[in-house]
Formats: sequence, C-alpha cells, structure tokens
Amino acid sequence: MAKQKKITIKEDAILEAKRKAELMSKMTDTTHKVGEVKHDLLLSIKDLKLHFETVRGAVQAVDGVNFDLVTNKAVVVVGESGCGKSSLAKAILRLLPRNVSHYSGEVWLRDVDTMQLSDEDYREDIRWVKISMVPQAAMNSLNPVLRVGDQVAEPMLVHYGMPKEEAMEQAAVMFRNVGVPVDFLTRYPFELSGGMRQRVAIAMALVTGPDLVILDEPTSALDVLTQANIFNLLKRIKANLETSFILITHDISTSSELADIVAVMYAGKIIEVSESHRFFSKPRHPYARALMASVPRLREREEPRFIEGKPPSLINPPTGCRFKDRCPKRFEKCEEEPPVTVFGDDWVACWLYEGQGE
Amino acid sequence: MKKLKDTFQDIIRYPSAIVGLLIVLALIVFSIYTMITIPYKEAIYLWKGTEEVVYKNPRNAQPTWSNWFRKDKLPESIDVYAGEDESFTKEVTPREKGGNQIEFNYELDYNYNELPQDIFMYFTSNYTDRNPFIVITMITPSGEEIKVFDGGISQASNIRFGQEEKLLTRLIRLHGRDTETQSQLKGVIEGLFTKIGSYPPEMNKGKYVINVKATTFEEGSNVDAELVMHGTVFGLFGTDHMRRDLKVAIMWGAPIALAFGLTAALGTALISMFIAALGTWFGGWLDELIQRITEVNMVIPYLSILIMVGTFYSRSIWVLLLVTILLNIFSGSIKSQRAIFLQVRESTYIEAAKAYGTNDFRIITRYMIPRVIPMIIPGLVSAVPAYVFLEASLAILGLGDPTVPTWGKIINDARTYGALYQGMFYWILEPAVFLMITGLGFAMLGFALDRIFNPRLRGM
Amino acid sequence: MTEQYEEKDLKISEGELDEGFVLDIRGLKVYFELRKRGFQHAGFVRAVDGVDLKLHRGETIAIVGESGCGKTSLMKTILRLNTPTGGEIEFDGEIINDLKADALKNVRRKIGYVQQDPYGALAPFMNVRTILEEPLIVNGIKDKQERFERIVKVLEEVRMTPVEDFLEKFPHQLSGGQQQRIVIARAMILDPILLVADEPVSMLDASVRVEILKLLRALQEEHHLAVIYITHDLATVRYFSEYIYVMYAGQVIEKAQESDLINKTAHPYTHALLAATSDPDPKNVDEFQDVPPGEPPSLVTPPLGCRFHPRCPHMIPDLCEVKRPPEFDLGDKHQVACWLFRDMPVYREFTIED
Repeated sequence: MAKQKKITIKEDAILEAKRKAELMSKMTDTTHKVGEVKHDLLLSIKDLKLHFETVRGAVQAVDGVNFDLVTNKAVVVVGESGCGKSSLAKAILRLLPRNVSHYSGEVWLRDVDTMQLSDEDYREDIRWVKISMVPQAAMNSLNPVLRVGDQVAEPMLVHYGMPKEEAMEQAAVMFRNVGVPVDFLTRYPFELSGGMRQRVAIAMALVTGPDLVILDEPTSALDVLTQANIFNLLKRIKANLETSFILITHDISTSSELADIVAVMYAGKIIEVSESHRFFSKPRHPYARALMASVPRLREREEPRFIEGKPPSLINPPTGCRFKDRCPKRFEKCEEEPPVTVFGDDWVACWLYEGQGE
Repeated sequence: MKKLKDTFQDIIRYPSAIVGLLIVLALIVFSIYTMITIPYKEAIYLWKGTEEVVYKNPRNAQPTWSNWFRKDKLPESIDVYAGEDESFTKEVTPREKGGNQIEFNYELDYNYNELPQDIFMYFTSNYTDRNPFIVITMITPSGEEIKVFDGGISQASNIRFGQEEKLLTRLIRLHGRDTETQSQLKGVIEGLFTKIGSYPPEMNKGKYVINVKATTFEEGSNVDAELVMHGTVFGLFGTDHMRRDLKVAIMWGAPIALAFGLTAALGTALISMFIAALGTWFGGWLDELIQRITEVNMVIPYLSILIMVGTFYSRSIWVLLLVTILLNIFSGSIKSQRAIFLQVRESTYIEAAKAYGTNDFRIITRYMIPRVIPMIIPGLVSAVPAYVFLEASLAILGLGDPTVPTWGKIINDARTYGALYQGMFYWILEPAVFLMITGLGFAMLGFALDRIFNPRLRGM
Repeated sequence: MTEQYEEKDLKISEGELDEGFVLDIRGLKVYFELRKRGFQHAGFVRAVDGVDLKLHRGETIAIVGESGCGKTSLMKTILRLNTPTGGEIEFDGEIINDLKADALKNVRRKIGYVQQDPYGALAPFMNVRTILEEPLIVNGIKDKQERFERIVKVLEEVRMTPVEDFLEKFPHQLSGGQQQRIVIARAMILDPILLVADEPVSMLDASVRVEILKLLRALQEEHHLAVIYITHDLATVRYFSEYIYVMYAGQVIEKAQESDLINKTAHPYTHALLAATSDPDPKNVDEFQDVPPGEPPSLVTPPLGCRFHPRCPHMIPDLCEVKRPPEFDLGDKHQVACWLFRDMPVYREFTIED
C-alpha cells in the first residue's frame, strides 16, 4: 500500500459503528423492534440538480429534486430506465463523473448542508461515514483480487484509522449480521455465489455504521428467494438500527417490500411522493397509476396494461409537464409546469390536483 | 459505410489524429505524385547513375536550401543552354568563305567564397566533312583573359575545364607562385577563380565572362553550346557519391516504404485474423497446434532469418516482403486476437445464428470477423511504421535490392561513404527525417484509432 | 378483462391438445464433464437429471425455476446447442438426439429462439434488414424479392411500423423493447412451429415487459405456435402460459395447470417461490417473508434423495434424504415429486439413475 496520509482516529465514530453492529447482532429474523425507534429528520434534499455534458448536449439527469427522509425509514425512488435515478444516487453522494456541467442544490444531512463542504471534507466526514452506497450490480463491483473480508474491513481502515485486527473483527460481525458465514472472510469474490456477493456488498456499506444507505437496484440480478432474503435483512436493519435507506429501482413489485415512502421519478424530476400504504393502493399521479397498472401480478386477475410511448430525452426535456405526451388525462394546462400540491407529508406535481390539498 | 463517416468524425476530435491523418495523406499524395512524374522504369534508370544521366550533377553536393543557414553561401550549380538564357548569348555571323562565325558569351556573377567543383561545356554540331573549330576564353573580373581551350570539336564534344592540362600550365605560370616555398596551384579551378599572385589564395569575386568563338566551314553547319558549372550545392536534396540526384531516391522511397509497410501490415493482419478465427472456432487440437506454432515462432528472431534469406537466397524486395509476412503471421497478434475471438464466440447472437442453422464458415466470416476488425485496425495502422523501418534496416544492413532507390539505401550509401565524417549531414538527415515522419504519422493515427475503437482507453 | 381469461380457459380443452405432440421429452439427462487441469476427469455437472416434458401444438408451457435449476440447459438441449447425455427428445415425430448437418438444419428452421439479452442477441454491426435476412439466406431462400417480402411481413407482425424507418437501423439505435421485437421477428421469420423464449423480458424495463409479453401472446394465437416460456418470474408466467413446470436442481419437482399451481400449490419449494414473489402490495413492508434457508445445491454432488430436503421445512427423516421421490399424480394433470404426497397414486417412478 502507498504511504497513507495521517488519518485521524475517530474514536466516537468507531464506537458508533461498533454499537450499531452489536445492535444488529441482537436481532433475530422475526423480531420487529428491539427498542423505541425515533423518527427524526435525517435527510432533506432541496432543488438538487445534476447535468452532464455530452457530445449531443447537456443531459439534465437530475433536474430539481426535492424530498425529505426521516430516520429508520426507507424511501424508494422508482422510475423507468433513463429517468435519472442512478444519477440521483451519484448526486447525493457526490460521485461525479468528469463531464459534469451543472451541480447545485442543497443536501441537508441533519443540520449540515453537505453541498457546502469541500471535496476533502466530504470525503472524510460524509462519504462512507454517514452516507454509503450499494451500487448497481454490486456483486460484480467487488475487487476480484482481494479477499472479501479485507474489502469489508477496508472502509474502517481508511475512514476511521482503525487498526487492522479490530477492523477485521468488525467485518466478521457484519458478515454474521448479513448472513454470510464467517469463514468466508478469507475467500475471494469468485468463490461466492451472486447472492452472497450482494450480501458482502451490503456489509461493506454498513460496516462504518452510516446513517443512510443508498441502494441502487440491489437485487435485479438475483433469484426470487435470494431477493426475499436480502429484503428480510434490509427490513431488519431498518427497523432496529438508526439507519435509513434510499432504494432506487424500476421494479415496483419488490419495492413494496421495503418502502415506507415512495418517490416517483420521471425525466429527471420527482413527480409524486406518497406514503407507501397510500401509494400501493391508490397512487395519485397518472404516471404512477399507469406504472402500477403495467405490472403483472401473481395474485390478481387483472390484465396489465402497458404505457404507450417512451420517456422524453433528458437532453432537451419538454416544457411544461414532462409526462404530457403519454398521459391519458392530458389537457391544455399541462403545457405549463405543474404546481406542487401537498397532502400532509405527501405531495404530487400534477395539474389534476390543482387547488386540492392543504 | 455510415460507420466510416462516424469514425471520421470521431477522428477529427483528436488533434493528434488530425496531424497523423494529414501526414499519412500527404505521404500518399506524395507517392502518387512521384509515381506519375517519375515512372518506375525511369526512376531505376536515373538511379543507375550513368554518365548521361548525371553529367550535370556535381558530386556530393549539398542541397540548395542549406545555403539558407550559411552566411558564406556555397556556389550553386549552373546549367544553361546558349540562346535560352539571357546570360548566355549566341551570335551567328556568316563568313565569306562559307560557314559561320558563331560567338557565345556567358556572363557569370561569382561572389562566393568557395570554388566551384568544375566547369563543363558541351558542344553539339552538325557537319559533313570539316568539323568546326572553337576557342574558349575566360575573362576574370580583374581583366585577365585566360585561354581555356582551342581545338576542333565533333558532333558531340565535351570540354572539362578542370582536365585541361595546357590550361593548368598556363595558370601556374600566370599565378607565378614560388614552387619551393609556396604550395602549388591545386587545380584549374583554383587558378581561374582566385586573384593572381595571392597567397593564401584569395577569391576573385565579380563578373566573369566566358567567351567562345566557334568557326564552322560548311553551309548549314551549326554549333550549339551548353555550359554546366558544378557548384557545391545542387537541387532540393543534394547529390551523392555517384552524382545521383537524391531527389529520385527520396521521392521514390515514399511509395516503396508505403507499399512495403502497408502490404506487410495488411497481409499479416488479415492472415493472422483468419487463422485465429479458425483456431478459436474449432478449438481442440487445431487450436492447440496453432498456439504452439505461434509460441515457437515468436521466439525466433526474424531479423536474423531475413538477413540469412537476403544473403543466401535473394535480395529482391518482394521475396523479403513475403518472408516478412510469413514470419509475422504466427506472432503475438494471433494471441491477442484469439482472446477477442474467444469472447465473441460466446456471444448471444452467435448462439442465435447456430440456432437458425448457420454453418461454421459463415459464422466465422460473417459474424465473428466483423466484430474483430475494428479492434485490429488500430494495431494494423500502428504496425506499418515497424515494417517501413524493417525495410530500411535491411537496406542499411546491405540487404535489399541495390538497384531500387529507397530511403534505407540512401542511408546505407551515406554510411559506407563516411557521410558524417565529411560533413555531408544532408545525406543521412533527409532519409532519416522522412522515415521519422512516416513513423510519426502512422503512429499518431494508430493511437487515435485505438482510442476510438477501444472506448475503454478514451479520456487518456 | 375477465372474459379474456375465461377464453384462455376454454383453450385447454381436449380437442386442441390431441393434435399431436410438438415435443415429447422422456427421461432427458444432460451432464457436463468437469475437467481438472485441462484433462483430468473431476465429475459431472448434472444439469438436467431425468426430465419428462410434453408439448402440444398451440400450447404454451412455462418452465420456472431459479438460476442453476437446469432450465437453461434443458432449453439449449432442445435447440440442440448441447447434446443430450441420456433420454430422448422427440420433436415433431423425429428423435433429434443425434441429428447432424442437414437433418439438424431442417429441424432448426422449425424452432424459433428468443433470447434473454436483446442487445447481445443482435449482431451490433448488422442493421435490422441484414439481421432478419440472415436466417433466410442460411436456409436457402434465394429469391431477393421473396426475402424482402418476408422481412416486411414479419416486421409488421411485431408492430415495428413504418417498416422503412427500421430497416436501416442498427441495434444500438433502438430501445430495449424494440430490440427485443427484432429478436422475436427473427425467431418468427422462418415460420416455426415451436417458439422457445428464454427469459424474454427479464432484461427489459418493467414498463416494457407487458408490451412484449402481449406481443408474444398475440403471435402465439395467430400462428398457433407451441411456446416454451422460461423464466424465474412467476408473476408473468400466469399471464402467459397454460401449463407450468417447476424445476429445482436439474429435476422437475412439480407440474400443473396454471391456476392449480397457484391455488393448489403442492411442493414446498413451489410454495416458497410463490411466497417470495412480490406483488406491489401495501402490506408487504410490514411483514417478513418466509424463505427456506440455504442455497440451491451443487449439481456435481447433489444431495441424496430429494434434492430439496436440506432446505425443506417439511422434510421427513429417513425418507426424503434417502430416496428420490417419484412423481405423484394429484389429478387434473397435476403432478408433484414430493414424499408428502406418498398417499397419492404414482405417476412416474425414477429408477436408480442418481
């Protein structure tokens, strides 16, 4: 390893991480809550924008996104491919590619606007300390030449300056928590199945005891049973640790396993945020309704209906409501930017709801 | 074809690619121009260096542009025909007894600090019985009239000032140097162009006139004159030890280098690709065999083999080209192409092709090879300079066809005749620069193509 | 909406099915040899271990299971991209196990293959017209005009219109859904009698899946195709197939008509699969799912007896771990290979082939 910069040993953070890991080990499969769980405001995103420069023009991937998230809850961001949801993850975690043309907004983590921090401070204090991520196809993004135990321990070494043996202990605790046998610590990624690797990736995201974990399509390549197992795990974590989740997916069916709040993203914008029980029974926005109607269901007889057309390009998004070309309820007002109608903690951006709500 | 346009647009985005492309295009245009203006047979003929080709050329002359860098310019070479240039006049006066009195006058402004190599006058005449008689006189700027030659001429005569013994004697007497303590006059030219009596010899700068009085004795008998002065600079590229104008070899070096380089690179790449495809598709013992042949072949030093072939078998450039290709087919490129083919072989679309009944041969040619072509193109382009240098190396080592003018041949001659020890920098510099430019052009183009066709390298 | 479902119900009447088998597979075994260090024998991967399957003209069946259950190997063997190790595959009256060259080609033109990855299934350097022309050229359709007409017809059938707009396009210029339509078009262009669709929508966006499935269903109805639909997503299966085979670790453990499989589920593994398949239901977030522990077994050294027994919540000691269960008949074309139903009549016994 190259010569490391002097890393400050963050005692408090280490204790926090250890405490959370211990808490996790105390849970069993079916216990729902271990103690009193609080719901403070954890994350507040205001007008987040991320545009990329490409040969064909600026891609407005994230175009003014707002939502809030409290502790111990999961918000699911659903949308079709190309709606900008992966870019949203990158925008929150400041994992920017080289061709960024615009990056602005506020990302409040409790009482700190992380957008104001310098890159160095962000790397030291926020990324993988308070917010971490399980990227898309995470099981393929493990380093093939390092043992999985080392990879899970690494964030503790790098961010907290923990000594190696302690970090490996923490990694072992995390392995147990996510359901990977501890003797896999010394194995290489290719020796593990896809499901196991995904659990390792989740362990890696949790090992530093972050407050928020972003999961980008965590189970899209996995079988149903493995998928169910992983969601059980995430449910346990959400219920008992002070960890919140942002789950990004296009799969509405599985998102219902974890979502407390559903945010629907379309063409770079969030167009509805609803509490999940409400959303899965009666979504508000026409696009959300169409999405729900297009999903084949196991337990219902209704024939699914597909949505005509394609989402608009993010390079020159249309004016007014971006869903208007495909919306069955379109009318003249949709040519203008729809207003946001608030219903308690929920809101929707659609002309059909103008004047309603509070 | 649309891909070609897209590729072209991609190329334009990289400045190094544009430069590379321009160089390559320039070389191609240059080669075509060469082949049109100096057809191959003529080039070989010119390069033979027979007298009638090279008589106007001085020996080992520097290129004319080198004078740019000198404060003291070197004398340029001159080649004029009487009557065609205003400095070389011809006057014909009829004689009463028949024939003509023809007077030629050539004015030469000579302000150099160096002597020319020699002066020649070529006379052509027509007559039946009695040949014309001429007297050549040279008038120096200081006014001396020095008789250069008198005598009869035939239909084609050539008077070389530097070889005229009688002239030398006259000049020695004229300069009147003490033969014991002072050095002898070195030659006619020194005698003609230096100030009388000066020692160390001082250049006599100014206007010289060369006067020829020719007498013809028959009706219709005519004399024509051509004056050639061998300076020490000549032409765009200079001359070599055989007085050959290097222009021929420099120009013809381009098409030969390109032909050799492109043929070798293309031939090797195509055949390698095909063999790699066959081996990968059929697998089993065929694949193993090809791999083992390749491994053994990669260890063999092919330059040594080429030298052996060239020495013992044939020096023809085509034979060497063929052997080069043969030796390079089973090389590292097979291994890297095999890696790509192995990947492509597992593609879903090839599985689909098998499922609708495509036979093996069609799969290889229509489905696998087109996938690989974009990846081998950059390698191909980048390999061209290697083969160009190979051909030049062989020539420098003395192999290769001696009658064919190539850049390597020039360097070989230059080395043999001690060019650098004698300050004839241009002799090595010119072919070397052309080789470098060729290499640079293809290399830059190849790198840019690599970045285009292998997107992983983008951003580097 | 409900009428459509009932119509489908009517299809599974006697008359239709007695048209004869398109596919009759008996005791199929596909083993792959494992080699250590290039040539040392190290066992067999028993990818398909004793599978029976019957398919009639115009019938749609689904083969369901998780990755590694053998469904992909089964499918590839039907397409003769693999050679079977044992058992027999009879296609349209002909045993195809050992066919080669021309005979095999004749069989292949009757089977259309729709693959999972639409982008990988299309040669990136060929445009739509070339992609669709290839199967025709390879199968000897020499007349250019005829080829063109067939291409236009099949593109219209997959609703890629106006046709001229798409002929010159390359795969990367098409969306995922459009690419898959081309794959389907290519599978249909030789007028096959059997369509094999391997996870045709799992790599597509959720919103496009329904379109493609509807298209497949329309094509199946129009051309009276037999369809094998392979997937791990049970939610789509019940929408598209009449009869379902459930596979686990290389064996068929349950087969039933679609409604029976869901409403009268027998095998514990099938139960687990159904339970783990989520619908967008607001109750999901409040409940944990019951998942059998562990992972699917190695196919090189599978467990003795019933291959699911190490994970089964209802395992019967001394029975499930010793003997492979036969298929028991539950009536109404519903069979299950599970010792829990040993009171039912035996449908098919498995001799000592483990």
